[in-house]
Amino acid sequence: MADHALRKAPLAGRHGGSAGARVTPAAPATRLSLRAGADALGALSAAFGLTLPTRPKTSASAGGRHALWLGPDEWLLIDENEADLMALAAGAGVLHSAVDVSHRNTAILVSGPHAAGAIASGCPLDLGNAIFPVGAAARTVLGKIEVVAFRPGEEDYRVECWRSFSPYAFGLLSEGAEDAGL
Amino acid sequence: MSGANRIAGQGRLTPARTARFTFDGKTFDALEGDTVASALLANGVHLVGRSFKYHRPRGILSAGPEEPNALVDVSRDAARRQPNVRAPVQEVFDGMKVESQNRFPSLAFDIGGINNLMSPFFAAGFYYKTFMWPKAAWEKLYEPFIRKAAGLGVAPTEEDPDHYASRYAYCDVLVAGAGVAGLSAALAAAEAGARVILVDEQPEVGGALHYDLSVKIDGQNGYDWAQATAAKLKAMENVTVLTRTTAFGYYNHNFVGLVERVTDHLARPDRKLPRERLWQVRAKRVILATGSIERHMVFANNDRPGIMLASAARTYLNHFGVAVGRKVGVYTANDSAYEAAFDLKRAGVTVAAIVDNREKPGEGVLAEARKLGIEVLAGHSVVDTKGKLRVSSMSVARNGGGSARSIPIDALLMSAGWTPSVHLFSQSRGKVAYDAATGRFLPGTYAQDCLSVGSCNGTDGLQATIEEGLAAGELMARATGHEGGGKVELSGENAFEWTGGMAGSGEGAGVDTTVKAFVDFQNDVCAKDIRLAVREGMHSIEHIKRFTTNGMATDQGKLSNIHGLAIASEVLNREIPKIGLTTFRAPYTPVTFGALISHSRGDLFDPARKTPMHAWEEAHGAVFEDVGNWKRAWYYPRSGETMHDAVNRECRTVRSAAGVFDASTLGKIEVVGPDAAEFMNLMYTNGWDTLKPGRCRYGIMLREDGFIYDDGVVGRLSEDRFHVTTTTGGAPRVMHHMEDYLQTEFPHLKVWLTSTTEQWAVIAVQGPKAREILEPLVEGIDMSNEAFPHMSVREGKFCGVPTRLFRMSFTGEAGYEVNVPADYGEAVWEAIWARAEPLGACAYGTETMHVLRAEKGYIIVGQDTDGTVTPYDASLAWAVSKKKTDFVGIRGLKRPDLVKEGRKQLVGLLTKDPKVVLEEGAQIVADPNEPKPMTMLGHVTSSYWSENCGRSIAMALVAGGQARMGQTLYVPMPDRTIAVEVSDMVFVDKEGGRLNG
Amino acid sequence: MLLIYCPYCEEERSELEFRHGGDAHIARPTNIADISDAEFEDYFFLRDNPKGLIFERWRHIHGCGRFFNAARDTVSDKFYMSYKAGEPKPYIPGVSPASEKPLSENVGETYEATEGTAK
Repeated sequence: MADHALRKAPLAGRHGGSAGARVTPAAPATRLSLRAGADALGALSAAFGLTLPTRPKTSASAGGRHALWLGPDEWLLIDENEADLMALAAGAGVLHSAVDVSHRNTAILVSGPHAAGAIASGCPLDLGNAIFPVGAAARTVLGKIEVVAFRPGEEDYRVECWRSFSPYAFGLLSEGAEDAGL
Repeated sequence: MSGANRIAGQGRLTPARTARFTFDGKTFDALEGDTVASALLANGVHLVGRSFKYHRPRGILSAGPEEPNALVDVSRDAARRQPNVRAPVQEVFDGMKVESQNRFPSLAFDIGGINNLMSPFFAAGFYYKTFMWPKAAWEKLYEPFIRKAAGLGVAPTEEDPDHYASRYAYCDVLVAGAGVAGLSAALAAAEAGARVILVDEQPEVGGALHYDLSVKIDGQNGYDWAQATAAKLKAMENVTVLTRTTAFGYYNHNFVGLVERVTDHLARPDRKLPRERLWQVRAKRVILATGSIERHMVFANNDRPGIMLASAARTYLNHFGVAVGRKVGVYTANDSAYEAAFDLKRAGVTVAAIVDNREKPGEGVLAEARKLGIEVLAGHSVVDTKGKLRVSSMSVARNGGGSARSIPIDALLMSAGWTPSVHLFSQSRGKVAYDAATGRFLPGTYAQDCLSVGSCNGTDGLQATIEEGLAAGELMARATGHEGGGKVELSGENAFEWTGGMAGSGEGAGVDTTVKAFVDFQNDVCAKDIRLAVREGMHSIEHIKRFTTNGMATDQGKLSNIHGLAIASEVLNREIPKIGLTTFRAPYTPVTFGALISHSRGDLFDPARKTPMHAWEEAHGAVFEDVGNWKRAWYYPRSGETMHDAVNRECRTVRSAAGVFDASTLGKIEVVGPDAAEFMNLMYTNGWDTLKPGRCRYGIMLREDGFIYDDGVVGRLSEDRFHVTTTTGGAPRVMHHMEDYLQTEFPHLKVWLTSTTEQWAVIAVQGPKAREILEPLVEGIDMSNEAFPHMSVREGKFCGVPTRLFRMSFTGEAGYEVNVPADYGEAVWEAIWARAEPLGACAYGTETMHVLRAEKGYIIVGQDTDGTVTPYDASLAWAVSKKKTDFVGIRGLKRPDLVKEGRKQLVGLLTKDPKVVLEEGAQIVADPNEPKPMTMLGHVTSSYWSENCGRSIAMALVAGGQARMGQTLYVPMPDRTIAVEVSDMVFVDKEGGRLNG
Repeated sequence: MLLIYCPYCEEERSELEFRHGGDAHIARPTNIADISDAEFEDYFFLRDNPKGLIFERWRHIHGCGRFFNAARDTVSDKFYMSYKAGEPKPYIPGVSPASEKPLSENVGETYEATEGTAK
């Protein structure tokens, strides 16, 4: 039997941004692309221990676990404590699709008073407080790539993207952060 | 002293704060806040450039972005150099280097000036008619010569060392222009609580208040009021004020492009600062307060240095403290120029005369002129000027004839009236309407949620402008749901209301064909050229514009459009609105490529997608190729090896021992749900009901027209879960194609799709020793041939991490594809490599993969197919289910053209000379002696040297190919004709025994 | 750049997040394998390319991922409305041809009323 292979995150060792907007790679997390109809939400919410949001651009969080509304039957679940989300989904006992995307995505944290400005360097979403408040989440674009933007805190944003796009996203956010912090 | 023409006590610049710059190598002093134009004028320099076509000496015409003449080359250092900078816009910084353009050997003596004497040959349309023959001479002779002679500036050769930034922004109300109207509008909108962005292209807000000293608003000097108002707005949380920022483009749905010039005015900018920042603003409402632009008068030799717009002279005096001359003449058709004369006179400048084209100038200004002792020649025209490098006199004659009187001057100020700046309005697709009473095009029908206010809307009078601005600001704020604030009130007063204005050529423009009365300075278009265009049959303004190039220079006709139109109208004897106005296009003023590109350069030009094993591949000498945005290991040359050597070695090694290949970039889609198999039945030609969990099948996807769209191996993990692979390049469009059908045609199916391309690192291990390499690393999977046969998939552990292990082959060898979660990819690859290398295996790249698959006749969609190939054409009939009653493409396959005889079919080709490798894309014919044009049967799609076969192999699409087996065909090349034999496509292991190891 | 209302996200979003999907309300024949060449041509190849009102498909591909339909003016790019996939083609007052008025609105229609609208 072989030794357990070591994990290497796509953005390992990177740092960037400015005092006004720090840009850092997020720690590994487990992630699920969850698809389900309305009738399954009760059971799935119970299985995950949070109420799956049903309003566009919203999210629900509990104990380091986040459920981001991405579409009318689609959620991105993120568990910062690396819980086995696939197992939780399997236990729900209702019709759904759960696909492990823990390694497909990686995340970049943008935080500080100019965080929104950093993201606005390449993201066409309106990030104003009234329209993208704390807890808001949406799939959108950043420059030439697709990302999911999530605002867990007043000055904290989490930008999720596919791993091979992450150096690009990190570079763009870092440049945006430098400019926004001027 | 910062220039002999700086008048003490005039202007707003601080005398103590100086900056030095050079112009054509000569050093000048300027004041901080000067533009290149104001600083040169302060030093008595009027001659700044040569004109585009005739190389006539030109000076500074304006004090704004409409400048057509004073285009200069500005540099900070060798790399930071920009040609065609408008001198009245560019602020001076200490150490700046300015050069004039389009002259040789010097500005004062320019050889190209000969063009002026030759001008009878250069009439409008000259280029179109003259350089038509011989055809080849255009590229080699005429064009290079014309480009050299008629040049703008020269682009720098070094890479731009500056960086640029971009920002998306949203607001309730965007106000373009911060003059009286714009400031009033922004103030009212901001007070109501709206999110406001206010932009102005100048360094400071104020617009016309820069020069109009007579304005008082709320008892305050107009300019001071503007600065105080801007400061107040800046302090508000809901307002962004951007100066040195041009709203250059108004696009769909209130999307407005702004470019902010951040460092171009700074002597030693912080290197962190971007040179420019592109703002992409989406505004709920837009208020256009873009003001208006003064027009010049059209008369003979109206382009000599020293001749300029009256409002420009006023700006240079009142803002910059510079007198543009000591003895100035004024030639006008409206009242505003009088105020320039008054200001200059009061500052101690001699005003030789005000020549007014009108019989009846405004009474107020006439009285003031009399009071100041300025001679007014009403009903007169300037019919000519003299002065080689600067105007020295004007010839004035009574309208309707009579002898001309020469009046010595050193500057001539002119005004034909004001053209409302409807550029942004027009870009928004609004329709302008002609106001015959004032001779202006004004905003007519709006196409978007915007309003024009102030003089760009034809609103005359200070108080009316203020009130219109305030009302618009409040209205737009209310419209976006902001109810805050009380009513904002402001009162303004100024000296004179302006009347008058004319368009077209005056008395002095002549009717003959030699008088140069310039309409368009930048493109050297004269009144006579417009007349000629009409005579030659151009009756539409669009044709006249293109024939004469009037309004086609980089200033886009800001000064010339209305004059050109009026002259055409006169000659055609048709009213101006019947001739129509040309459409304004973005950008309003030139925008640098740097700003438009902003962050998209270097590493951020395009995402470079790298697999989890990329670092290992790089460290092991891989050469990479681009496949879409992916960087894929192409081949791994060892020291001294050519690409050919390396690929040959890799090909041999895979078939004799084994090879390890990074297949991570293959697209992967997880299809999950109780109706997964039914959905697969509809999306692929194959049948999927019979595929048992744990088994794989090669699938073909068609478009509805019956042509191959993608292919890939699909593994069924369980009854309701498929692991679908796609081509590397096809992954996103296949996903989109599947979603399209699922959501819009088959929404009743309970199935969901998730892209997992990047979830898995995929390591293909192929060759006779593949199992030996992998077996010790696998946990929980029986690797025997019986338990895990070709085209199977198992889940288990690999190197202690979860795996989806596929038994499959794209090489014809026994092979596996190890899928592990991507972050483990590199470690797993290294573990495999640690076993593979001692067993004589190699790492191989995409080139070897291509050769090996071609040896087996496996197609590559997009290389061997091109969107016109059916499964039948590709010898893949076996993959099309005969039992299914529906799948995407089922009907398309039955189209008459797709079932007829003689279609191009995929076949193998073997060159008669085994050493000759065909060129991919080469055409194939049956009769090499057929005269041209030959009958082409098809083309080579794939061609390689096959080390394993010891000869070249190829695949080709050939008309009726299946029926030509064994036939000799020909591939004509430029230097020879290559004979080939048609064969099947399997060149190695025709029985397929090697797949089982 | 267009601003497009997504009926699933219930707000306007930048065109950058969307992909155009061709004409709307062209249903794939359920018996597609059996239709005639002419019917296939009509279904797959022929489109009207109108100047003015068009009903078209969009996908909020970089947003909620949903396909939906929109009524847009091809000249002005004005969106009259967007609506979820599967919903019937809406009647756009003053823009749609009168013949497409839903039956409920046609009830009680008089000559005067039609002429009045036309003005």
